[in-house]
Amino acid sequence: MPSYNMNQVKVGLKILIDGDPCVIVDADFVKPGKGQAFTRIRYRNLKTDRVNERTMRSSDMVDGADVVEKQMQYLYNDGTHWHFMDQDSYEQIGADGHALGDAAQWLKEQDLCLVTLFDGNPIVIVPPNFVELEIVETDPGVRGDTSSGGTKPATLETGAVVRVPLFVQQGERVKVDTRTGAYVSRA
Amino acid sequence: MSVDFNVSAAAAPTAGAEGLNSRTMTNEHSDWQPTATHESLRVRADTLAALRRFFAERGVLEVETPALSAAAVTDLHLHSVACRLEADDRRTRYLQTSPEYAMKRLLAAGSGPIYQICKVFRDGERGRRHNPEFTMLEWYRPGWDHHRLMDEVDELLQTVLGVAAGERISYADAFRRHAGVDPHAADDGELRSRVATLGVSDVSELDRDDLLNLLLSHTVEARLGVGRPTFLFDYPASQAALARIRPGDPPVAERFEVFIDGIELANGFHELTDPEEQRRRFEADLAERRRRGLPEVAVDERLLAALAAGLPDCAGVALGVDRLVMLRVGTRDIADVIAFPIDRA
Repeated sequence: MPSYNMNQVKVGLKILIDGDPCVIVDADFVKPGKGQAFTRIRYRNLKTDRVNERTMRSSDMVDGADVVEKQMQYLYNDGTHWHFMDQDSYEQIGADGHALGDAAQWLKEQDLCLVTLFDGNPIVIVPPNFVELEIVETDPGVRGDTSSGGTKPATLETGAVVRVPLFVQQGERVKVDTRTGAYVSRA
Repeated sequence: MSVDFNVSAAAAPTAGAEGLNSRTMTNEHSDWQPTATHESLRVRADTLAALRRFFAERGVLEVETPALSAAAVTDLHLHSVACRLEADDRRTRYLQTSPEYAMKRLLAAGSGPIYQICKVFRDGERGRRHNPEFTMLEWYRPGWDHHRLMDEVDELLQTVLGVAAGERISYADAFRRHAGVDPHAADDGELRSRVATLGVSDVSELDRDDLLNLLLSHTVEARLGVGRPTFLFDYPASQAALARIRPGDPPVAERFEVFIDGIELANGFHELTDPEEQRRRFEADLAERRRRGLPEVAVDERLLAALAAGLPDCAGVALGVDRLVMLRVGTRDIADVIAFPIDRA
């Protein structure tokens, strides 16, 4: 992987910090007291999601991280790993629960996900922004009570639990925003 | 006007996951548009008019000096843009990093109080508060020291920004109060261990001024200029630049900086007028430039000749006009107040 100088450091760049893949979320040039210039970066560790800060001299270099993002199709879960396929090469990879995180609760076979690979290994799985899933369990709501804005919990076919309006019934399909976990509409 | 002015050139911090799901389509030909809103450009014009009115009312003469000069600044941390007049004498000239030398030659020639609003150029300075080409206001007051000039800067800020009167605190007191360290008495090891906690890479390579500067930017600065401007004065002698050094224990540079909302806005000196001392500082800079492999630049012999002829005792200050406009507009990003920053220039 290439190294980058401070002029090349910018938001979105994937770099290695202490061996971990990180993405730069903020970069600023500072030149305090008319002295030496520094670049102050904030970066998010792609494995831990933690944001940290580092200040570097303008002569410093950072190593690029071999991080690739790919659209991949979710195939199946074998109990410990979730398996994805590259639709161009048909290459398959397995991701563990750590890489999946909250994404696991939204995944249905054949969904297209954004997979982040670090040195070829999946470290982050991002599900589609919107998924359409069937409600497998929810209490029957009181019909007509739509003005109160009341909601009730509903379990979806993937195991996720979302709050849905009272008028939505078991067996119906709903559209959910996976970024917020919020019900959007009936599908 | 149908143009969308609200296109920001500078990258904003992104919240949440980036990548495919939040990736926006960018049009590679859309960068002809200004990054500043029309309203910001109006505030800029109004600011320039207010500055000129301020000095006209005080009888300070507006001057213009060359942006292209045969000599460059020797300061280790200022990088001049070099160029050549190919159709003329083919000699290297430099775009000014500040109009200081030429203005001092006018002072030595008896100009009296003068000010200038001009473009200056600093290679390698680009960020949310920096553009390699920016607008500077610089002015000089013969017969004044840095405290009297701080009074006038204070009045200018009250007039142009409508801020409250500023507070004044010495560099040493600011460090003691906000960083818990005496910048003159603390040894290098103590400064280094403090800076090491700030997430700075490779502190072993940093010299004493680097360490103090990082404590200033990472710890002290954010606490300066809260609710009213802060004037920081009497810097370590090692950071004198072109300020005179007042003997004492410790000796201090008669230099000041002005901060508002943690943004450094201006830098001023009770000016060094001694030509011998000036030459020594230039030559020390050049020796250090050679040691570090930085470009050697021609010392400004015309400035030294002017000092030898007699620069009146004076104080001078440089103020970043773009940052003044940023404060009026209420933005932290210089691209919001410049029509076309460097990546759209």
